[in-house]
Amino acid sequence: MELNILTLCYLIASVTFIVGLKMLSHPASARKGNLLAAAGMTIAILGTIFLYKDSEGNGLHNYAWIFAGLLIGGVIGTLAAKKVKMTAMPEMVSLFNGMGGACAALISIVEFNHLVKGYGAHLAAGGGPEFFAVLDKTTLLIILLGLIIGSISFAGSMIAWGKLNGRIKDISFKGQHLVNNLLILLIFGLAAYLLIASPAQTVPFFYAIVVLSLVYGIFFVMPIGGADMPVVISLLNSFTGVAAACGGFLYDNKVMLTGGILVGAAGTLLTILMCKAMNRSLMNVLLGSFGGSAAGGGAAAAASGGTYKEISLSDAATVMSYANKVMIVPGYGLAVAQAQHVCHELEKVLEAKGVDVKYAIHPVAGRMPGHMNVLLAEADVSYEKLLEMEQANDEFKSTDVVLVLGANDVVNPAAKNDPASPIFGMPILEVEEAKTVIVNKRSMKPGYAGIENQLFFQPRTSMLFGDAKKALQDLLAEIKSIG
Amino acid sequence: MLEWIQTHQQMIYIVILMIFVGIEVIGRVPSVLHTPLMSGANAIHGVVIIGAIIVMGQAEDGNYLAIILGFLAVVLGTLNVVGGFVVTDRMLEMFKKKK
Repeated sequence: MELNILTLCYLIASVTFIVGLKMLSHPASARKGNLLAAAGMTIAILGTIFLYKDSEGNGLHNYAWIFAGLLIGGVIGTLAAKKVKMTAMPEMVSLFNGMGGACAALISIVEFNHLVKGYGAHLAAGGGPEFFAVLDKTTLLIILLGLIIGSISFAGSMIAWGKLNGRIKDISFKGQHLVNNLLILLIFGLAAYLLIASPAQTVPFFYAIVVLSLVYGIFFVMPIGGADMPVVISLLNSFTGVAAACGGFLYDNKVMLTGGILVGAAGTLLTILMCKAMNRSLMNVLLGSFGGSAAGGGAAAAASGGTYKEISLSDAATVMSYANKVMIVPGYGLAVAQAQHVCHELEKVLEAKGVDVKYAIHPVAGRMPGHMNVLLAEADVSYEKLLEMEQANDEFKSTDVVLVLGANDVVNPAAKNDPASPIFGMPILEVEEAKTVIVNKRSMKPGYAGIENQLFFQPRTSMLFGDAKKALQDLLAEIKSIG
Repeated sequence: MLEWIQTHQQMIYIVILMIFVGIEVIGRVPSVLHTPLMSGANAIHGVVIIGAIIVMGQAEDGNYLAIILGFLAVVLGTLNVVGGFVVTDRMLEMFKKKK
């Protein structure tokens, strides 16, 4: 009877996952979808704790450990998620994803030890040396899969996390892709050897696979540029999904299988959609070709570049105060400087002067799609003021002043007219159509794609150097003093 | 091979159907929602916690490796689930407020 209720719990949870994910993909129902999935998860977890029976009908024990683990994880998780700044959201997702991957890998390690113990007992009882006499190959296959995918996801997510918060720099060396390919071949070679040849000593091979998978996870993410991290996180997210599904196979647990594969499939599609928003292929992102070909494109642009001009604060303030229409283009620089509140302030002051202020949001501005929306929403910028790329591009022609705040590659005209540029073909915000463009950046350094931006050298463009928050505060003071 | 499919047929059905459901469900998501959706999916794969609970709950007394690893798995899995859902909710809260 108890088992039947557990089956029902799992069924309910599976349905909430599917419906929740569906609701998450529509703006109006997204939040409810998230809560629904969370409720389903709670039912599944509680059901497992109290109703789970193994094949011999034994319930679980070690309740103290289980509850202690849930409590510690729950408290840390809630605090971390509540405390994290809006700008650090992407890192947080990556971190949590890594935890899931590590969890899947740990499960595999424990289950493998069970297998080895079972084998030891089998030998002691006078059984033959054949490893697979006592277990079925499918089990080992699933354990290995969960281990490899989980470990890669864990190590990769940690690197992605470090890259996003700036602790780890891009590192790549010549022939890294070759090394990576050899690594993955080696991992699967070892796994295949374990499965097919079934050597007498399995333990060293198993731990060699653990180490190699972790190393592969690190090498896999290392050479990929920081701007591509969202795509990588999304991909690793779907990896963890598959690792969780392996657990589902292992325990013949339908809800783990459903949730895992669902995320695996949805995550893969989401990864591809993100790549599409940047007009690049997944392979292109993974091979990190930005780093490689950017040097050539950058040099060419720099050669044709020439001089740029700076604008003083008072000039910028005047131009903006007397404009009819100002369009703000936010980018990662705004997020880093935490300047969203000052930005909203500026918008209100300009509006009070009768200036029409709008925001042009590039789908991949910032470090994650939707990053800017979340950021501006935090500062209470009204939803109607945010224009999507297509709408914004229609309006630039009639815009007097475009204020680019820490955005770079998403306004680089090279994407439209320089076929040699690595970002050629990426849809951009065509800010050069506006009468005046003011670009706020910390320096002339190229953006994450590592290429020069011709926009900065155009006659209509002027540069306002400085940290976005500081520059905006000064600008705000100037505008107020104009009266 | 055929035998293998026979014994695991339920699982195989679920895998195939879920691949299609997963793709279908998020097919037309606006790019604004990419981040929260990724975060939500991240929380859902935290279902791996169930495996961790089973591992922990089955660890024999005295098998310290299993107890320690299982405990670690429960903590990490919970972080994934709880953190994932809370972060997603915080992101979506931002979207809500604008109306």
